Order: sequence, then structure tokens, then C-alpha cells
Amino acid sequence: MAGPLNWFSQIGSITKFGLMSVPQRRGAVAATIFGIAGVVAVLVGVLSIAAGFQQALTVSGSPDGAIVLRSGADSEMVSGFGREETRVIADTPGIARTAQGPLASAELFVIINLPKRSTGTDANVPLRGVEPAALLVRDSLKIIEGRMFEWGKDEVIVGRGAAQEFAGLEVGSKIRVGRYEWPVVGLFTASGGVAESEIWTDAKILQDAYNRGDSFQSVSVRLNSPAAFQAFKDSLTSNPQLNVQVIRQSDYYAQQSETMTRLITTLGFLIATLMAVGAVFGALNTMYSAVAARTREIATLRALGFGGSAVVVSLLLESLLLALVGGAIGGGLAYFAFNNFHTSTMNFQSFSQVTFAFKVTPQLLARGIVWAAVIGLIGGLFPAIRAARLPIAAALREL
Amino acid sequence: MKFLHLIWSNLRRKKLRTSLTLLSIVVAFVLFGFLAAIQQALVGGVALAGADRLIVRDKVSIINLLPVSYEARMERIPGVDFATHQTWFGGIYQDPKNFFMQNPVEPEKFLKIHPEIILPPEQEKAWLATRTGAIVGRRTAERFGWKIGDKVPIRSTIWSQPDGSRIWTFDIVGIYDGKDKGTDTTPLFFRYDYFDEARQARARGLVGWYTIRVKDPSQAAEVAKRVDAEFENSPNETKTEPEGAFIQGWARQIGNIVFIVAAILGAVFFTILLVTGNTMAQAVRERTGELGVLKAIGFTNWQVVALVLAESCLLTVIGGVVGLGLACVATPVMAEKLEGLLPNFFFPTRDLFIGLALTIALGFVTGIFPALQAMRLRVADALRRM
Repeated sequence: MAGPLNWFSQIGSITKFGLMSVPQRRGAVAATIFGIAGVVAVLVGVLSIAAGFQQALTVSGSPDGAIVLRSGADSEMVSGFGREETRVIADTPGIARTAQGPLASAELFVIINLPKRSTGTDANVPLRGVEPAALLVRDSLKIIEGRMFEWGKDEVIVGRGAAQEFAGLEVGSKIRVGRYEWPVVGLFTASGGVAESEIWTDAKILQDAYNRGDSFQSVSVRLNSPAAFQAFKDSLTSNPQLNVQVIRQSDYYAQQSETMTRLITTLGFLIATLMAVGAVFGALNTMYSAVAARTREIATLRALGFGGSAVVVSLLLESLLLALVGGAIGGGLAYFAFNNFHTSTMNFQSFSQVTFAFKVTPQLLARGIVWAAVIGLIGGLFPAIRAARLPIAAALREL
Repeated sequence: MKFLHLIWSNLRRKKLRTSLTLLSIVVAFVLFGFLAAIQQALVGGVALAGADRLIVRDKVSIINLLPVSYEARMERIPGVDFATHQTWFGGIYQDPKNFFMQNPVEPEKFLKIHPEIILPPEQEKAWLATRTGAIVGRRTAERFGWKIGDKVPIRSTIWSQPDGSRIWTFDIVGIYDGKDKGTDTTPLFFRYDYFDEARQARARGLVGWYTIRVKDPSQAAEVAKRVDAEFENSPNETKTEPEGAFIQGWARQIGNIVFIVAAILGAVFFTILLVTGNTMAQAVRERTGELGVLKAIGFTNWQVVALVLAESCLLTVIGGVVGLGLACVATPVMAEKLEGLLPNFFFPTRDLFIGLALTIALGFVTGIFPALQAMRLRVADALRRM
């Protein structure tokens, strides 16, 4: 028993021996691997829903963007401003300007009923009325088909997510809003952000259609720099003419995604933890029977002078290896089944639909592999200890 | 039953393996319980919808309000028993996280159309006598420790009073219970007459949506068509559908996420079964010799099959019952954690029975192949393997 090198070579040979016997125990081994693959696939899959939802909402907020709402309103839906107020807001120092004026867009936000493609039932699709500055406030917006609507005309453009999820939003079709029919003239993307769930039109057109007079619900602005936020906020909230709250775009969207993300992650972890417990039992069973089947081999090895710790480590290695194979299969399954799966759900804060795609991120995959490894180690540890403690003489007598 | 002892000893032979298998089955059925509870929370309302109730909302958008004058017009439509309305108040009690629904309603008609809301008669009287009175469901009352006589301030995100104030104070005059376990007892209901008078003048006379009671549920579809025809080409066209369809549409807005979660859980269940089935098969293989002996001393083929099946069923039933029991105990705890996110999170009795049936089915499925193998065993071969 001299030196660590010997110890390592012992581990190497016992592990090799164990792995060579895998084909003989293929049923049990396959059950363990698929059990662990299932855990990892579910964990990664469920969390990818939350990751995708969160990502859709976070890419929507740029650091120098801010949104102004009526004080006390928790979403655009219940906020409201008159024309005068939006002018005062747009003239506040701190907002970036171009030759055309400040980068501030006073907006209307309503929802309309459109059938969801997947179920045919009504969904609350957000319809936003914007001012010309909106395209500079949210510079990620790109028209990918058709054209931009003309200001002052009864036309709309549709986000890509909305066009995928809801029926009747193709370029060339018409949407019905009350007494009006508006043609869809263009399709846009917004780097996967929330705006892609929306339909956009000129705010003035929407005011008329909804008898809103000259009122708006929110003002989206682009600041000179992210650092300008505090001063901008202070000057608005201290203005006696106004009763507003100012939120960074990123914070606003984070807040909007909170309920849904919390719901999904809570359920996801709960389910995955339970499954992991089940998979540990499965792995324990497999490794115990592996040890039982090899009682004599192990005893012979011990009699030949192999160390107890080498037996423990090599059995742990074997279990770990099986678990990692399971983890990789599970991660791969989750990736192919869920990554970029498009769907839509309700944003509880604004009562409207948000379309998004599931995201199987590298972090999620890494987390899945870590879970697999932990399951494998726990599943291997107790059987390995039992194997090492086996009384050699008694085990050999079984021959 | 005289073989029970034999079956039991077989299970106890490898205590470790039996307990591990048992634990996996327990976990699978706890998961099953949670799946049922999640389903219940998200789509359970559909089953409780009144067959005689129609929901009427604005055709363009749920956020558009309807004139209160529609009520009288609806009640003149043939087939309509009566109509009443509710409006989304969008109130916040202390913190936005304390979410629950509050709606102004017409008390008498409201209670008549919702027989699933159980309010003691003296509390109903008090409500009718108190303009600022509100009734609240048991769950919300317990959550915030409200008692009858309390004054509850709620800040509306939508409705302000003429002085610009958004804080509305209600007197709790009643606490209601639900007729069924699934009845949502989180909302607060207060009086529309008070609401309409106290809100800003320009918003008066507008309500959120209507509930209609039809005289004959089998005529519901025709009545719905008549209602929509009545308001066609008016500034507020309507969309009328049975309450069940309305709730289902609402659930579907939350999305196929429900379906995905269900599918994933299905996969989980299947995976765990795979593991269990494999263990069971292994147990039978190890006993080939003994099964041969049993046959040699005169057990028939079918008795051997029954023995093996009984063993696997016993295992799954024990595991399943423990798992379902744990799920029953654990879901109320979970419900606390999910408070506000998923109001009706509980394990429905119907699914408990499905679960019990599943335990037996599972025992049969996992046991049948090893059992058939045991049946086909030739005595001589089996004995040779001893």
C-alpha cells in the first residue's frame, strides 16, 4: 500500500471493473439514468419558463429609460394624465433631446380581445398608442415586414410575438376596434422584449377610438444618461403641478414580472426537489444492487490488498458518472424540447398578455448538472460505505 | 388471504430495497397530489360555474365599461330571469402583495344569483342596512384578522372620489363562506349604490360586466345570442358567454403553462414508475428458484401470478396511500406559501380517488411482466437455477 499513485491506480481499476459490468445490469442502470435525466429535464424545463419570462421583461428596460405614471398607479393600465401634464413632463430637464424635441412619448395603453391561436379563446392583447418620439425612446424597435404606420392614419403595426400567438394579425389583415377597422401595415421586433406582445398605433387615433379626449396614461422618456435619473425624478415629484411617480424602465419591468416569476420558480423548485428525492431513492437502489451483485468481486479485491477507501471512491465515481450521463441527457432533452418555445401568458399587473420564449440558459444547464451530481453522490455514498465495510471472510465464503 | 403472510415475508426479505422502492412511490404520489392541486387552482373554477349564469362584457375589451342602463334592457329580453352587475375596483389593502378582489355589487341580486355564497341572514340584513357595508370571504377575513364591525381602508388604483381621494373605507358587516370547497372566499363585495354616489361624477353610471340568470339553462346559448343582438351597433357592443366558458377563457390566458406543467409532471410520474417497475422485476428474477419450488409443491400457474401481483400491488398501495396522505397534509401548508398567487390551491377529493385507483393500476402494471415470467417458468429449469 505505498503511495498515492498506487491508491489512484486501485481506484482506476475498480472503477473500470464496475463500468464493464454495466451491460449486465443494464435495466437497473438505465432506470437510474433516466430517473436522473427526468429530474434534470424537469428542473431545467420549468425554470426555463421563468427565465424566458424574466428575460422578455428585462431586455425591455434600458438603463437610461424611465416611465412616468400617475402616483399610486401600479401599472399603465390604471394611470392617467391630461395633455397639459404630459407637456410639463416632457419639458423636464434631464430628458435627452433631438432637433424634433425631447425624447418623450405620451402613451395610451388599452387591451383588446383577440383569439389566441392555440386555444381559440379570447385573450387580452395590449394595444398601445404612441407619439413619434416612441421609436427613439425604444430604439430596439425594428420593422421586419411591411412598413411603419403613418402618423394620423388609421393603421397599426404588430409585434412579432403578438402576430405568432394571436389570430388575425398578419400584415394586410384588419383588426376591429369598436366601430373601427384598422389595417395591419407592419410587423416589428424589439429584441424579444415586451413590446413584441403589443399592437402599436398613433396615440391620437386611439384617443378618438376610445373617446379619451386628449388624455394619456403614461409618459416614456429617454434620459441624457442613466445617472440623470435621480435629478429627473426629484424635479418631477417636487413639482406641485404634478402628482406622479417616476420609475426606471428596468425596475418597472422587473416589478411587472415579479408575480409570475415567483409563481413559476416556487412551483418549479418544489417539483424538482420532490423529484430529486425520488431519484435519490432510485439511485440508491441501483447502487445497492450493484454492490450486492459484486459482493464476491469486492471481497476478492480486498483480500488481494485493495484498500477500503479505494473501493468507496471508485463506487462513488461510478455512481457519479451514471448521474452525469443522466444529467446530460436531461439537460439535452430540456434544451431541445423547451428552448425558444414560444408562448404567452397573463401579466397580472397590467391584465394583458405577454408573449415570450422559454430560455434554457447555460446557467440553468449548469444547475441541472450540479443537481445530477449531488443525486449521484448521495445515491452512491451509502452503498459504497457498505461495500467497504463488508467482512472479507464472510463475503468470500459466498463463493 | 392465507398467503398474506408469505407475501409480507417476501417484501421483508430485502428490507432496504423494499423501503427505497416504497419511498419512491410515496414521492410519486405526493407529486401527483400537487399536480392535482395546481390543476384545481388554475382551472377548477370551471366546474363550479353556474350553468344558469351568463357573463356579459364589452366586446372590444374587458376594460371597457358598460352603461348601467343595460341592466333593465337585458331583463326585458325573453329567457332572461334577471341581470346584475359587478365592477373591478382594483383596490390595494396596505401592500400590493396583499392581492384580493373587491367589487361593488347590488347586494340582493348578487346574493340571489350566487347561491354558493353563504351569508348568515342577520349579516345580510346588516349589509342591506349599511351603505358603506361590505362582506368579505372567510379566507381573506382570516388572512388579515378582520372581524365584523371593523373599518377597512382600501386604496383603489382606479376609482377616486370627487375630492381626489382614493382611499375608500368599508365597514365589514358580514363574513361569508363558500358552499363548496372550491368556492373562492377571497373577494370582498360592497354596495354599488354607495360606490356610484361616492365616485367622480364623470364615471357614474358605468359598470364592469353583467351576470345574467337565465330561466332555462338549456336555452343559455340562444339567450346569449339575443343579448348580443340587442346591443349590436350600439357604442358598447357586448360579448355574452356562459360563466364556465368565461372562466375557462380566463384560465387559458394564463396560458399553456398549465398544460406544460401538467405534461412535465406526467413525465415525472412515468420516470418514477420506470424505476419502481425495474426494482420489482429484479425482485422476481432473484426468486426464480423459490417460485420453482412453489410450483413443484403444487401451486398452479395462476396462483403464482396472483402471488407476484399481490406483492407488487401491496407495495404500491402502501406507498400510494402514504404519498396521497402526505399530499393531503402538505397542500394546505403550500397554499399558505402561495397565498395570493393561487387562491384555490387544494387537493380535490375526486383526485384522491383517482390517485387510489392509480396505486392499484401501478401495482398491476409493474407486477404483470414479472408475474407472467414467473408463470411461464418450467419447474425443472427453475429448480436447476437454485
